[in-house]
Parts: sequence; C-alpha cells; structure tokens
Amino acid sequence: MRKSLLAAVAVFPMIGVASAQEAPTQTLRIALREDPDLLDPTLARTVMGRIVFAGLCDKLFDIDEKLNIVPQLATGYDWTDGRTLILHLRDGVLFHDGTKMDAASVKYSLERHIATPGSARRAEVDAIDQIAVVDPLTVKLTLKSPNSPLVAQLTDRAGMIVSQKAAEAAGKDFALKPVCAGPFKFAERVAQDRIVLDRFPEYWDAKNIHFARVIYQPITNTATRLANLQAGAIDLTEQVVPSDLEAVRKNPKLKIVESSGLGYQSVTWNTSHGPRAQSPVGQNAMVRKAFELSIDREAAIQVVYAGVYTPTAQAVAASSPYYSPGVKVPARDVAKAKELLKQAGVKLPVTFTMMTPTNSDTMQLAEVMQAMSAEAGFDMKIQATEFASSLDTADRGDFEGYVVAWSGRVDPDGNLFNFVHSTGPLNYGRYANPEVDQWLAQARIETAVPARQALYAKVAAKVAEDQPLMYIYDPKNIVGMSVKVSGFKAVPDGLIRLQGVTKAP
Amino acid sequence: MQSPARLAVRRFFRRPAAVIGLVVVAAFVLVAVLAVFVAPFDPIATSWTTIRKAPSWQHWMGTDENGRDVLSRVIHGARASMLAGVVSVAIAAGIGVPTGLLAGFARGKTDMVIGRVADAMLAVPFLVLAIALAAFLGPSLRNAMVAIGVTAAPVFMRVARGATMDAATNEYVEAARALGNPAWRVAVRHVAPNIVAPVIVQATLAIATAIIAEASLSFLGLGQQPPSPSWGSMLNSAQRFLSQAPWLAIFPGAAIFLAVLAFNLVGDGLRDALDPRGK
Amino acid sequence: MGGFLGRRLALVLPTLLLVSILVFGLQQLMPGDPALALAGEERDPLVLAQIRTELMLDRPLAVQYAHWIGRVVQGDLGVSWRIRMPVARLIGEKLPVTAQLGFMAFVIALGIGIPAGIVSAVNRNGFLDYAANIVGLAGLSTPNFWLGIMLILLISVNLGWLPPSGYVSLAEDWRQSLATTIMPAFVLGNAIAAILMRHTRSAMLTAMDQDYVRTARAKGLREWRVVIRHAFRNALVPVVTLGALELGTLLSGAVLTEQVFSIPGFGKLIVDAVFNRDYPVVQGVVLVTATIYVGLNLLADVLYVLINPRLRVA
Repeated sequence: MRKSLLAAVAVFPMIGVASAQEAPTQTLRIALREDPDLLDPTLARTVMGRIVFAGLCDKLFDIDEKLNIVPQLATGYDWTDGRTLILHLRDGVLFHDGTKMDAASVKYSLERHIATPGSARRAEVDAIDQIAVVDPLTVKLTLKSPNSPLVAQLTDRAGMIVSQKAAEAAGKDFALKPVCAGPFKFAERVAQDRIVLDRFPEYWDAKNIHFARVIYQPITNTATRLANLQAGAIDLTEQVVPSDLEAVRKNPKLKIVESSGLGYQSVTWNTSHGPRAQSPVGQNAMVRKAFELSIDREAAIQVVYAGVYTPTAQAVAASSPYYSPGVKVPARDVAKAKELLKQAGVKLPVTFTMMTPTNSDTMQLAEVMQAMSAEAGFDMKIQATEFASSLDTADRGDFEGYVVAWSGRVDPDGNLFNFVHSTGPLNYGRYANPEVDQWLAQARIETAVPARQALYAKVAAKVAEDQPLMYIYDPKNIVGMSVKVSGFKAVPDGLIRLQGVTKAP
Repeated sequence: MQSPARLAVRRFFRRPAAVIGLVVVAAFVLVAVLAVFVAPFDPIATSWTTIRKAPSWQHWMGTDENGRDVLSRVIHGARASMLAGVVSVAIAAGIGVPTGLLAGFARGKTDMVIGRVADAMLAVPFLVLAIALAAFLGPSLRNAMVAIGVTAAPVFMRVARGATMDAATNEYVEAARALGNPAWRVAVRHVAPNIVAPVIVQATLAIATAIIAEASLSFLGLGQQPPSPSWGSMLNSAQRFLSQAPWLAIFPGAAIFLAVLAFNLVGDGLRDALDPRGK
Repeated sequence: MGGFLGRRLALVLPTLLLVSILVFGLQQLMPGDPALALAGEERDPLVLAQIRTELMLDRPLAVQYAHWIGRVVQGDLGVSWRIRMPVARLIGEKLPVTAQLGFMAFVIALGIGIPAGIVSAVNRNGFLDYAANIVGLAGLSTPNFWLGIMLILLISVNLGWLPPSGYVSLAEDWRQSLATTIMPAFVLGNAIAAILMRHTRSAMLTAMDQDYVRTARAKGLREWRVVIRHAFRNALVPVVTLGALELGTLLSGAVLTEQVFSIPGFGKLIVDAVFNRDYPVVQGVVLVTATIYVGLNLLADVLYVLINPRLRVA
C-alpha cells in the first residue's frame, strides 16, 4: 500500500467541543471537486456550495433516497387550496447563535430570498405572494398562482432558514459568517483550501451527528483527489471520476457508494435564436434526429466514462417518479440516419459547429460524437470554449450545437421548464412549442402525481420528437470513501448528509 | 578578408552542441512539414477497440483515450508547436522591433512612453498576460499565437532599442545624419542592419519560450482545438489517466522538451557566434 | 546616488498605473459576461440585472476604472465577486504560500546553480563546463507543468514517497509542509538554477581575470582556495543581484506549477479568478505582483549601482 506523509496529519486540535461525556471527537475530511462560492443560502449558486450547506444549514424539508419529501425543520405541510400552503415547524430548534428558529425566522428567510438584490433564489420562490406568521410554529404561504414544485424547492437552498439576528448584523458579509440551524456551525474558511465546520451541540438532531468537526477541502485535480483518498488524507470524496472508479474498487481500504443522479448531459441545438439557427441542424428536426441516430450513447459512455453513466433520451432522471418509460433511448442506426438526411434533402456532409466547454472529458465526448456522426454524413466541427465564455456565447445565440450539462433538480419542473418552455431563461436555442408550453404550465398547477406524470410524459415525447435538445446520459453520484466510514446514505441529489455517518477509529 | 557573416557561420559550426541543436530543429521542422507522410496513422482516426493501449510494435507510443495513435499525434503536434513558435515570434518581433527602433532612435518622450508600456507589460507575469489574452480572444491555435506574440513583444522592443542606441552613436550614423538624410532613412539604412544579429539571437531563444507557452495555454484548454493534436492539449487530457496510461503524458512532454532544448542550443550557439564579446 | 534613485522611483508610479489600466482594459474585453458567470446555473434575468448594477457592470468603463483605482489608492483592493472575501485578505492568505514555495525554489536554484557555475568557470571550455551547460539548458527547456506531472507520476504514484499534492502550512506542521512543497519547489527552482549557473560562470570568469586573483595565485595559494576565497566572493554579489530578478520568472512559473500540484497560492488564485471572471481578484493580484516585480527591479538596480561605483557617475 502506498504510504503518505499526509496521513500523519489527520489529527487536528479539537476546539469548541461540547462538555457532554459522549461528545464526539473525530474529524471528517471531505474532498470537493471545486471551491464553493458564497456560503449564503440566498446568494449561493454552485453545486459544491450545496454540499457544504448539507452540514451547515438545515432546510424546511429534505428528500430521501426515493426522492420522497421528508420533514426537517418543518414537520409537515398542508395545501388548504391550490394557492395556500401551510407549513408546520419543528419545536425547539436553535440557530448556531442560540436564537430560536420559529415562524418569524421562516418568514424572514423566505423574504430575504425574494428581496435581496442578486438573490439566486428569487425565481425558485417567485410563486409566493404573501408570507404570514399564524403562530410561532405555523407559517401560511399565499401563492400568486398554484405551484406544485414549490415544496420541492423548499428541500434545497430556498428552504434553508437563517438566523435573522445574525443575517441583519452581518449584512452583505453574511456569506463570511453564515448562521443557520444545521448540524455544524461555521468555523473557518480559507479560500481554495478548506472550509471548517464545528459540531453544534444544541442541534435538534444532535444524537445522529458523530463528528466534532468536518473539513471540506476543494481539490480540483481528479488524480490528486484520488491520491489523497488512497493516502488516507481525506475520508470521503464527493466525486470519484469514472476513470478512477476501477482503482478505488480494487483498493481494499476504500469503497464506493453509487447513486443515480438528477441531472443530465445534453447537446442543446440552436433552433431559432438568431442567424446561427439557420443551419441544417437548427432548421430541420429530421437532421437532428439523424444526428441522434448516428450516436451510440452506450459506446460513447463506455469510451469516455468507463461505462458508468446511464444513457438517456429525456430530461427527467430515471430515479424520478416522473421519468417516462415510454421515451426510450434509440439504438444507433447509421443506415436510418443516412435515410433521414436524404429525406431532409440536405447537402452532404452536413457541416455544423459544436460548442464544447474545455473540460477534458466533455471535449473527449465531443470528439467521440464527431467520429460517430461522421459515419452518417455529418461534418461536426468542435469549438472548445472556456466555460464562462460558453455561457455568454450560448446566451447570445452564437452557436449551432452546445454540449451542456445540468446538475438536476428534485422536481421535474426544474429540469424542463427553464430549458424548453419558450420563456425559459436557459432555453438557449429559443425552442418554442405552444403545446409544450401549455403542458409545462399545467404541470405546475396540477398537484396530483398521476396527472403530472401524464403531462411530463407528453412533454418528454414531444421534446424527443422535436429534438431541441439531445439528452445523452444521466450522470451518477459516485462517492468514494474509506472503508472506515459507514452509515452514508446516497440520495440522488448527490449531497453528503452527515446524519448517521460514523467513522471507525 | 572574410565577411562577418561568414565568420559567424564558421564559429557557429565549431560548436558541436549548436550543430546538434540545429540538426534536431531541422528534423522537427521536416517532420512538421511532412507530417502527413511521416505519421504511420491518421492522427484523428478514432478506434473504439484500441483505447489506451500501451506502447507496442504497432503503436510505438501507444494509443490515447480515443484509440488514436500517439506517435502520429506527436508528429502532427509538431506542426502546431513549430507554427506556434515561429508565428508568435514573428508577431512579437513584428511589434517589438519597429517600436524598439523608434524608441531608440527618437529618444525623448517617445522612448519614455514606449518604455513605460513595455515595463508595464513585463511587470505582469508572462503566462498571466498570455492566459488573459488567450481567454479574451477565445481558444484556438491562432489566437494562442497572437496572445503569445503580443505578450513577448516587449522583450524584442528592449533588445531592438538597446541595439539601436548602440548603433546610433556610431560615427557613420552620426555622419549620415549630419549629411541631412531624413531620420527614417537613417534608421532604416544605417541603424536597422546593426540590430539584426541581436534580434536573430533573441528570436531563436524566444521560439523556445513560445513553444512552451503554447503548450501551457493548450494545457489549460486555451490553445489548439480538438481533435487536432497539440503537445500541450495532449498533456491536458493525459492528466486524467496518469496512473492508468502514463505514456500519454510521457511522449508529448518529451517532444516539447527536445524541441525546446534544440532551439535553446541553436540560440546559444548563435549568440556566441554573432557576439564574440559575450564569451 | 540620490538623483539616480529619485529618477528610478519616478518611473515606478507611471509603470504601475499603466499595469492597472492594462489589466483593467484587458479583462473588460474578455468574453463571458461576469454577471452570467456569477449567476450560476439558474439565471433569473431580473437578478442578472441586479448583479450588473451592483457590480457597476452597466456603467461606462472609465467610470468603473476610476471607481476601482480611487479605492486602490486608499489601500482598498475591493472584494471578491465570487466569495465576497476582501481581495487584500485573499492575497494575505496566498502570498505566504507562494513566498514559501519561491524561497525554497530559490534555495534549490542557488544550491544547484552556483556550484555548477563555479565548476564550469574553473573548467572553462573543458568537459565539465560543457556538460554543466547542457544540463543547465535541459533544465531551462523542460516545461514546468510536464516536469511536475512526471515527478508526481514517479515519486508519488509509483514510489509513494511524497504526497502528490495539496498544501500544509509551515505553522500547521513544518515537516508535512516541506513534504508538500519540495516537489513543486524543485520544479520551479530547476529552471532558475540554469540561469544562475550562467550568471555565476560569467561572473567567475570575470573575477578570475582580476589582478588580485592573479596575485593570490602567484603567492602559491592552492587553486580551490583561490577560487572560493577570492574569485567566488567577488562573483557572488552580481550573481545574487541578477538572481533576484528571476523572482519574476518564479511568479510566472508558479501559475502552472501550483495548478499541477493543487497548491492554493498566488498562481492558482489568479488562474481560477480569470476562469471565474472574478475581476477584483485578477486586478488585485496582478497589481500586487507587478508592484513586487517592479520593486525587485528597483532593488536590483540600486544594488548594482552600489556595487559598481563607476556607474554612479554615469
């Protein structure tokens, strides 16, 4: 086994541990693939931030492995009518600064999401019209119009409740000293190096927390992340890349906990946004269909992602109850693709440009698609564009095809509305289909699961037919950890929940 | 009486290291030009059945993550690197030499302004400036060359300025001026020839730096576009497979090393040959 | 001397002002709306507009620049857009990391470069001189990031002797700190070693031609004694002075080396900031780097004049 000096420093001085005899003393070290952004639930934008929040800030609701909505700071909810949502809060919950979490804090936090300039939550809670405190443990939300995805939004950052006292005192600097009601409280942050959280002894569910301290370390280089895990310098990494999976599996000191994710990888086509939509791929769904048929998703995943991810042809992940089994991944069929191109009457080869972010795996995926589609008569050029520029370029419609991923949301609305509704802010190609618009709007109002399922099935089928996006695969959450760590529950959202997690000495 | 140029050539060929360097440079240039004929395989032909195979008789440097022949990619990558070296240095010299000539000849305020701009550019770490420029222009080989060229220009400006100032104090230049020749004419006719030698030396050494810079930008995803190979971008994707497929990282890096070393050897030889005072 | 120093100092300010304009101008030209980069996955158009207003992105460039430079003059480098930490604090956190790396690299460079330069000079045009020159050039010709990758592959992955990357501060655990920085320091140092070797060689050759060295030789002192006691001592000052200028090379090299070894220093800070469009950080770091660089240049100039009194008159 490889020996590393890093292993020797795993023990950190403990400070601020509560007096109770059984107070845990261990530290858990978690590797992140990137440095999170602002640690303020209202302003936070990155997926990595959500992982830190799982230790720092409890939410009104949580989700379980099967995507059911379960109580956290709220013990339950009732829809009194389509526009009125009653939240029942947990009694005896304290914030890290010792103040009480009650209906007023919920009102304050939700209003903060709505009113703070630059709030990344505004759109998520936009449906809320009024927030009323009924009694200290009951909140009444009145909506502008019926909105069934709202409760699911409250299982993520929009549902995080912050201490009013601390937030008002800190003002704009709240992200530097966040005060929530999660299992751990904020201790220290060194940018690009670590975020340290200490156990909060008065946490409402403290009996399920078995660490005195948790340290999140951003390690961007995948090989480095793996090496640190192997050396025992970290206990758990939120992501093992598929190419390293084999190495972790072979290592008797390490284990993997996999779960299917909520997001997807896709090619977004520019069908009607500006002059660059005038390409054959943009103008003709048949051409896009031909491109899809020329790609062997399974083989591409095998080559680029060691066969780990799941091929898909729809926005909603297979782990969701709203997945449409009817929309199947088409098998590769080069002959049929050629046939479609002939029917479409386009000039061969069909030349177009695919914009790709510069991550090396995404670029490889593009190279694979380039090689595969060439056999059907496509001449796909790759335009690798640094990520920040690619967003801007896509937003301006200056692209023909764009390889872009989405991290995924619990409610199907979060994977569809913004992307394929004609008014969606992430609808880069300006795809517009009145039927799809109507179904999506209706699915927001509808609360019954079967009715929503039917609507989303229609959307999935229509989108597969029109092909404004070609969905490629569902990624997985591949969490790697030391065999000493146990009790970790993999939930599709990929967060690292610390409740119930223990580490053998 | 031998011409100074002939003397310099003779001095250059007396140094074995410089000659070896020149041979290697020539070999790289030849390989780059004749890549299509030299490479055993198509550098962008993928093969899903031969992914990340170790070096063998068929694939001397193994195959990459898309089953492409690494040797062929290294050979074609030489094109990107040689091109990046030569073109970016041409850009740098094209900007730097005239401004340096101007600064050195005109002196006074012009010199002051040009000098400050060059100082400011030199005060920013080379790679940071190049990264910012390359990100600004968008990733592509052409833009990487422009970014490197612009960033390297102040060095040429300084060399040209220094040489111009030296030359301008020569008697024949002063004489030419005194005879009433227009300034530009004196600069072009009498001063410019004197700065050729130091600029050539600087250019050779700068090609070495530019090759590394192109590889660095490609390594960060700001250079050559896939699937065309460049040594830097090959290293970038090799990083993901460091433990499983180390050959992906070894060969492109070795190619950069050899090419850069060769240019440095030639540059050193040229400096000694053209500027005997240096020794 | 005073006049000389005054003249040199007078050049520093305009240079730094130009640096600030250069960096500010360049990043504003960069593609990629920073507001979009900051807005994350979901982009609410209303919120985008709010971000633009808050960050003054909707104001003319000159106004933005004036606002920023006005603050800088008062010693306020602004706040990171991405994580809201003051830029000065970020720099304060990262500078010691890169400084440690740079110091170690410099020590390594001196340790290799000076002995090699002495040997070269003593064996002028001999085999060892030749060999040292080639080895030195080889060091100069190796791309930093590739050498880094190769070292990780060999020493960490195959031999398991050193941690592959990451960083532990000296205060936390000095042995661990050295273990995490020795490889990157070597990568940075080896290129500078080649340059130092060349400086040492030429300074030694000059020194050995001086009268006092000839006198010492004539007195029958042993050769190595002459070399070390007399020639080297006099060669050392210009070598160190010229070497100090290489700190600029070092900062540039740190950009990629820190990326390869995942060291949270200056280089990584600035590369990440460029990619995240965190402009206040880019501006602050470049300005501080440029100030250090210009300061070192000034110091080297002054030292040089102090050593060579002849230049003072000129």
